[in-house]
Amino acid sequence: MTVTSQVDDTTSAVEPPKGRRQRKRRYTTLSRGDRFWLSVMVGVPAFLHILLVWIPVLATTALSFTKWDNLAPLTDIRAVGFQNYWFIFTVFDTNLFPALFNNFILVFWLFICSAIGMFFAYLLDKNIRGSRVYQSIYYFPVVLSLAVVGFIWKSTMFSRDRGLLNAIWPGGKVDFVGDGTKIFSFDLPFLDFPLGLSKNFAALLIAMAWRHIGYIMVMYLAGLKGVDMALREAAAIDGCNEWQSFRNVVFPALKPVNVVVAVITVIEALRAYDIIAALNEPRGTEVMGTLVTKSLLGEGGGRVGIGSAYGVVLLLLCVVFIIWYVTNHYRETEQ
Amino acid sequence: MSAVTADPATEQALELNDVPRQRIKPGRIILHTFLITMAIGWLIPIGTAIYNSFRFYESDTQVNGPFSAPDSLTLQNYRDAWRVGEMGKTFGNTAFIVIPALFITLLLSAGVAYACTRFSWKFNIAFLVLFTAGNLMPQQVLFQPLFQIYKRVPWPDILSDTNTGNLLGTKIAVILIHIAFQVGFCTFVLANYMKTIPKELGEAASVDGAGVLRQFFQVILPLTRPALAALATLEFTWLYNDFFWGAVLLNQGDERPITSSIAVLNGQYATDFNLIAAASIMIALPTLIVYLILQKQFISGLTLGANKG
Repeated sequence: MTVTSQVDDTTSAVEPPKGRRQRKRRYTTLSRGDRFWLSVMVGVPAFLHILLVWIPVLATTALSFTKWDNLAPLTDIRAVGFQNYWFIFTVFDTNLFPALFNNFILVFWLFICSAIGMFFAYLLDKNIRGSRVYQSIYYFPVVLSLAVVGFIWKSTMFSRDRGLLNAIWPGGKVDFVGDGTKIFSFDLPFLDFPLGLSKNFAALLIAMAWRHIGYIMVMYLAGLKGVDMALREAAAIDGCNEWQSFRNVVFPALKPVNVVVAVITVIEALRAYDIIAALNEPRGTEVMGTLVTKSLLGEGGGRVGIGSAYGVVLLLLCVVFIIWYVTNHYRETEQ
Repeated sequence: MSAVTADPATEQALELNDVPRQRIKPGRIILHTFLITMAIGWLIPIGTAIYNSFRFYESDTQVNGPFSAPDSLTLQNYRDAWRVGEMGKTFGNTAFIVIPALFITLLLSAGVAYACTRFSWKFNIAFLVLFTAGNLMPQQVLFQPLFQIYKRVPWPDILSDTNTGNLLGTKIAVILIHIAFQVGFCTFVLANYMKTIPKELGEAASVDGAGVLRQFFQVILPLTRPALAALATLEFTWLYNDFFWGAVLLNQGDERPITSSIAVLNGQYATDFNLIAAASIMIALPTLIVYLILQKQFISGLTLGANKG
């Protein structure tokens, strides 16, 4: 499939003038009706997408520089400059840094899970008997919503008396839904309170791994199918052992998948919301997704500026990776 | 694709070779032991949940432990969860949201992908970039302004269950944001797919006098069917599993989708773990069934996005 598109690309690259002329001709020969339908095809979805996604994103960014109660009319919005940011990044606020820290743990953890997923895919790619059965089993949690994953784990794994997680957890019995005590914590010079990983957040991490590993495994299984067998055989003939041939031959050949997986992993970790919100935000597990939502909904709605400032922090973290991914993808396809 | 179809053949060949030799490598035994252990570990949470959802919690599981033989098996947890979670209604709400959202999303994104990949115009790449990037935005960042937009769109009360006269709190509002968001991903995937359809096919049709609409519906869409099937399966589970939009846009209660009803149950029966297990399994059932039947479509939907056609 890729081959055809590459052929197309190369012909147009070799003979640019001809390609351009052809394109121009095709454009001008479109009848008025055709042009109308094409603009409808692009216009309707673009209108919905821009109105409901991009304009709100920009509006939130703008609102983060203002002070406003969302029950008051729009004319009450007052510009306050960077005051909201000043507020959330300094000692007045105890929410931002713990939430950010949990998100960073999540990014780190999901990357470990992605590596495990890649390892599973590598094993299953070895022409194993029953490979499809293993695949189906590792993969099925992906079709469950993270909220449901949370509840399945709550019902069987998290309880203090009968939860199975207590069987593998070192140390005494823990109530993994409610126990917000820290496994480790450290102080930062400019913060009045320590940052750390709470026990119930650690439990959520394990539940999320259950779902994430299968997801990434499928991505890599598809990617590995595309790696030329001849490459690996050549590496084996050259005397590479398994690890060397994976590191130097297979892994670099998986670059497109690696990029997608990296983006999925980071974005999933930054946007995480369902599992924590569904379990009703047990203490110590606040992440940016729940913090933003909580500060803009219900009682938090009175401080739209602060909530939007949290939102913009989350947005900026995501945007770095979105830009990296989009430029990467479109640069490669358009050349 | 060819790799997939070749698999059974090579496996068979291997088996044929293995049988006369009667030699099993020790590496393979370690590998299978590892994979089986992992598979069992993977099934434990859901297996225990299914088993205990048929048992009473306070008199049985809590006393005897989750792996013990049951005192008695019961459907009571399912009946209670269904009733208290109002699951009949919330399943209906979810269907009302997911089905139109799915069809409209696929139709609209096929249109954009068609216009952006089959025709060259000034901003076609820019549009694709816009859609791809928009789909990766964090939802939390955009819902407050979205409220304000919905609040200002008049919507007759006859068409919704609210009585505010605007879109806020209606299921239509959720359908619209689902479409707006998912169009991003579907356009991305379909554009990658359509690029691989030879240009000559469309040109032949236009020489025969077919307009863009006829080309789209009679030439391109039929050829895109595998990608559409894969996306439909994938998007069904995503839309069905959505928790965020249901929770923030439909907090009135009557309009709640199925995923939110478990959070309500959790509020009332936080300690009856078997009832929560029963509710989780009922909610998981539709997506699990779709997955078991359409596994191939599901997986190719995910990987279509990753492997650039």
